[in-house]
Amino acid sequence: MAQTAFAPWDDPDERPLIEFRGVSKRFGDFTAIDDLTLNIFEREFFALLGPSGCGKTTMMRMLAGFESVTEGHIWLGGQDIIDIPPNKRPVNMMFQNYALFPHLSIWENIAFGLKREGRPKDEIAARVDEMLRLTRLGRFAKRKPHQISGGQRQRVALARSLAKAPKLLLLDEPLGALDRKLREETQFELMDIQEKTGTTFVIVTHDQEEAMTVASRIAVMDEGRLVQVATPDVIYEAPASVYVADFIGDVNIVEGRATPEGAGLRIDWAEGQAPIAARSDSAFARGQSCHFAIRPEKVTIDTERPDRPNAFRGKVIDIAYLGNISTYHVELAGGQMIKAQMVNARRLANRQITWDDEVWVGFTETAGVVLEG
Amino acid sequence: MRRVVLIAVPYLWLLALFLVPFVIVLKISLSDIALARPPYLPQLDLSAGWQGVREFLSGLDLENFVFLTTDDLYWKAYLSSLRIALVSTLLTLLVGYPIAYGMARAAREWRPTLLMLVILPFWTSFLIRVYAWMGILSTEGVLNNVLLFLGVIDEPLQIMNTNTAVYIGIVYTYLPFMILPIYAALEKMDDSLLEAAEDLGCSRLQAFWLVTWPLSRNGIVAGCFLVFIPTIGEFVIPSLLGGSDTLMIGKVLWEEFFSNRDWPVASAVAVVLLAILIVPIILFQRNEQKAREAEG
Ligand SMILES: Nc1ncnc2c1ncn2[C@@H]1O[C@H](COP(=O)(O)OP(=O)(O)O)[C@@H](O)[C@H]1O
Ligand SMILES: [Mg+2]
Repeated sequence: MAQTAFAPWDDPDERPLIEFRGVSKRFGDFTAIDDLTLNIFEREFFALLGPSGCGKTTMMRMLAGFESVTEGHIWLGGQDIIDIPPNKRPVNMMFQNYALFPHLSIWENIAFGLKREGRPKDEIAARVDEMLRLTRLGRFAKRKPHQISGGQRQRVALARSLAKAPKLLLLDEPLGALDRKLREETQFELMDIQEKTGTTFVIVTHDQEEAMTVASRIAVMDEGRLVQVATPDVIYEAPASVYVADFIGDVNIVEGRATPEGAGLRIDWAEGQAPIAARSDSAFARGQSCHFAIRPEKVTIDTERPDRPNAFRGKVIDIAYLGNISTYHVELAGGQMIKAQMVNARRLANRQITWDDEVWVGFTETAGVVLEG
Repeated sequence: MRRVVLIAVPYLWLLALFLVPFVIVLKISLSDIALARPPYLPQLDLSAGWQGVREFLSGLDLENFVFLTTDDLYWKAYLSSLRIALVSTLLTLLVGYPIAYGMARAAREWRPTLLMLVILPFWTSFLIRVYAWMGILSTEGVLNNVLLFLGVIDEPLQIMNTNTAVYIGIVYTYLPFMILPIYAALEKMDDSLLEAAEDLGCSRLQAFWLVTWPLSRNGIVAGCFLVFIPTIGEFVIPSLLGGSDTLMIGKVLWEEFFSNRDWPVASAVAVVLLAILIVPIILFQRNEQKAREAEG
């Protein structure tokens, strides 16, 4: 069945729900957000990803209205919102620490926002029950926040922020406090709820796996700037910079000089070594310095010279056994380390490559990306 | 064994310093006034054996308690004390809450200093501080002089020796007892709760009434009891700052004891006062218990 992919950012006629236009935020003389321009579309699950302190929370708080904008404008649904107080914005936020009201029951917590709108009682009750069902919290409605577990509290916070059916829901590291298994479950739950309610989600996270799992698009941030905004697969397969490549997943980075050759590039990276053959969409000048980035799972490891465009000899220094896969750390002649990842199809005992073995690593011309600088 | 000793210590303390004196007072309240030393009868004569004990017990009666009901003075004094305590508690709350709120919202590095300032008055004698208020409030006092100088008033205000002076004295003296528990409650409060309330559609004022106020409730209740309970029996402030129309049970008790030397009636007054105080004390304990449970 033909299904058009959800990609409003590629449609020039689509109007974004949120537009950041040249937004800067300064605390004293410290610039937390630096001239940021960004569009987020309706029904998107948009992830802000970056290391701690890069300005993710600040961006989110500007959307919610808790932080003023030093420069620039933020538009939401065709309206400039920078002067609208938080309680008048059609935006709700799920707080990093949940911020549940400890003196109110779960039911009252969820009803809190609805009551402020002065809706009729039965309508409020119906909406709260709907939210309780959505987040599977029905049994805990009468409890107080301190009488339920962390995972349940997280769901109450979500239910409370969704109850008013906001145009935009902000989630600040919503899963940070959960253990790994619960976090993975909850990620799928979040996606499910996002789809069911059709709300636009903006999620903050410093966990790249989480961003890859849930998001329709990811914005990678560094020190108050956007480094790349793209879908998870583009971010992973075609990172725009060494920073992004390094931040998302595991990567091998080889420094060298590019030389255009035929349809591709030749990268000279070490004395006495064969150059790397690669492809790139962007043009490189002869001798321009570059970084070649390649993911470990795209590098093969063999005892014989493989029949691939790129093949290099090396020695196994270390093996990280991760159960389903193993990562081999191979030192090439000249000291360059390359990580190669292999699926453990065979039992450990039957494996033929081990420490200190002389091996060949290989990859195709299109397996890696060539980055400037 | 260590545990038994550890538990026994507070009980022995209570027994020696609270229960035994109370039993003595209770006994005196059941005795009759007498020109003797001590000025009441009967005395327990253990040398007479069982006979002595029986005579002693037959000499005790509730006469003094009955007497308290026959004279208007006493129940009026109790009522007046309750009223003054109630009004002062409300006034203290009115003054104390904003101070506690301001302290809790002050920059973190300022809070220890502010806390220090609240506790500082305890470092001088209570009596001296009340005398200082006499100097401020009297007709030729600081306050009147300043107001006269500024031209706000033409004649000195008569504040000294009125109930107003008593209220001022009580609010001033007990203010820290109100501020500290409220501050403790507010300080624990997470600021993100207020942001969450605003995010969900509250104005600042609504957020205060729906979040801050209920979350400081335990502190408010504790503070009110800590002011209300000692104020009912307050004696020094009404006798130094109050006037002839300031009727408080503490003053009545003092007069029965020292002016009339009627120990039995004075003791009866004290026993009734304690009976009245037990209700708020139990309520206070309940509140503390509930607060602890809610946190645990
Ligand atoms: N109220 C503030 N005053 C001063 N500096 C702040 C304030 N809030 C955030 N910052 C600074 O702004 C930067 C970005 O913070 P934040 O948005 O919280 O980062 P993130 O959420 O990405 O970890 C940090 O360096 C932080 O120290
Ligand atoms: Mg943050």
